[in-house]
Amino acid sequence: MVAKLKRQYGSGIEPLTYLGQNYMVVDRSLIPEILQVLRDEEQFDYCVDITAVHYPKREKPFDVVWILYSFPRNERIRVKTMIADGESIPSATPIWAAANWLEREAFDMFGIKFDGHPDLKRILLPDGWKGHPLRKDYGIIEQDKEWVQINLGIESGQ
Amino acid sequence: MTDTSKYLSHLELGERDETFLDSNELVINMGPQHPATHGVLRVILKLDGEKVLGTECVIGYLHRGVEKIAENRTYTMFNPYVDRMDYVAAVSNGLGYCEAVEKLLNVEAPPRAKYIRVILTELNRIASHQLWLGTHALDIGAITPLFYTFRDREEILKIFEKYCGARLTTHAFRIGGCQYETYDGFEREVKKFVDFVRPKIDEYEELLTTNRIWVERTKGVGVISDKDSIALGVTGPVLRASGVKWDIRKAQPYAAYSEMDFEIPTGTHGDTYDRYLVRMAEMRQALRIISQAVEKIPEGPIMAKIPKVLKPPVGEIYHSIEAPKGELGYFVVSDGSTQPYRVRVRPPSFVNLQALDLMVRGQLVADVIAVIGTLDIVLGEVDR
Repeated sequence: MVAKLKRQYGSGIEPLTYLGQNYMVVDRSLIPEILQVLRDEEQFDYCVDITAVHYPKREKPFDVVWILYSFPRNERIRVKTMIADGESIPSATPIWAAANWLEREAFDMFGIKFDGHPDLKRILLPDGWKGHPLRKDYGIIEQDKEWVQINLGIESGQ
Repeated sequence: MTDTSKYLSHLELGERDETFLDSNELVINMGPQHPATHGVLRVILKLDGEKVLGTECVIGYLHRGVEKIAENRTYTMFNPYVDRMDYVAAVSNGLGYCEAVEKLLNVEAPPRAKYIRVILTELNRIASHQLWLGTHALDIGAITPLFYTFRDREEILKIFEKYCGARLTTHAFRIGGCQYETYDGFEREVKKFVDFVRPKIDEYEELLTTNRIWVERTKGVGVISDKDSIALGVTGPVLRASGVKWDIRKAQPYAAYSEMDFEIPTGTHGDTYDRYLVRMAEMRQALRIISQAVEKIPEGPIMAKIPKVLKPPVGEIYHSIEAPKGELGYFVVSDGSTQPYRVRVRPPSFVNLQALDLMVRGQLVADVIAVIGTLDIVLGEVDR
């Protein structure tokens, strides 16, 4: 499968294996296409998880990760792409309905925007909250003091 | 139950009034403090009379930033935190995390530790399903099962307490194996428990399976097809009740499950009643696994040789287990230091809850309660 994709897309895809788990690093420009191909042709019908990792020192600081599983093949694969801060990425909601809340969480925690998402808003944090806590530059005891003072009527949540 | 338009049809209503009736949509707020939402779930319901037109879940009331905490603790220090996510199945959470980090370190727990893990995890599965059954039945209006299941769940908690000193947030496993050897008479007590609880499960079934009220309230309620389940990423008993025979314990075995003989119960209709039957059957299968594991448990060490300070090599791993609620996955990224660079938890409750809207559309308000119950969510895990 990977060889076929590699032939088709060339240098845009880099298939890798670590500790027996397959993953591929894909160019941001190929993203909706590769995901669509993986679901339609390679039978990866179950989107397990969508998440991100923040590497603040890199030129493109965000890794967006899709963890996929195929019921017919009993196989897992991870798709990874790198994006810059503020850059958006096409939403996977038309491909897997499960992507909806998972993308909302990635947006909430990292501030990654997913184009074409039906309702991209915060999911775990309150709507008016400022900041994206899973970014590395967000301290562990950091909080949106203004929000806390207005909405909870206390000096600090800590 | 009541179709309001039927009662109003004798009235001579002009065209305007009819549209007035049609547009008489009511938006009501359920929760976050509501006994039937199993914690702090808030559901905004859009209703037409008693019919549900749509829902929106508002979650995050219990958000503690578990994933952020992980980045600021060492691998070992983070271990007890995972118990606080799905607190009714803390043992499963710990198993998933420990195995994920073990994979990252490229070590394997010794066989005896794996068997202890299987026994405790399956006991926890029964405890989780018992708590689900008690509260779900209570929501629908049957109080008795709650007393029965809590009485029997106590026996499991006693075994946990004797094993590791805690009843709920057990922190039973360590990275590399188990910290504690089983106590004297552990096997005997587990066997005794299996014999004790087997007829009790029949007892629960006697109360409900053919109970007319139960059947009327659950059959055909909250139906979800196999295709929709897969598209929405629904896992666990909810997926199996829709007819998909998939269980990670079989599909990609972990711990000592490859040496166990058990079946995957499935349903056909994907409704609340089938999900109830699947979970009941799962409890019996769990007993089967426990009896086998207790018989076959090997002697030997319970801890692999791992360094005192854990520094997994740079890399990332995804490992998932079949928790009582579905696929519980850990995506752990290491940067070579003593602290994980990122820990992502793939919570089954969070993803399953997404299916609520689809399952209750067109149903009655009372069914929303039944469907929230049947999804078996734990808000500690949804919000993390």
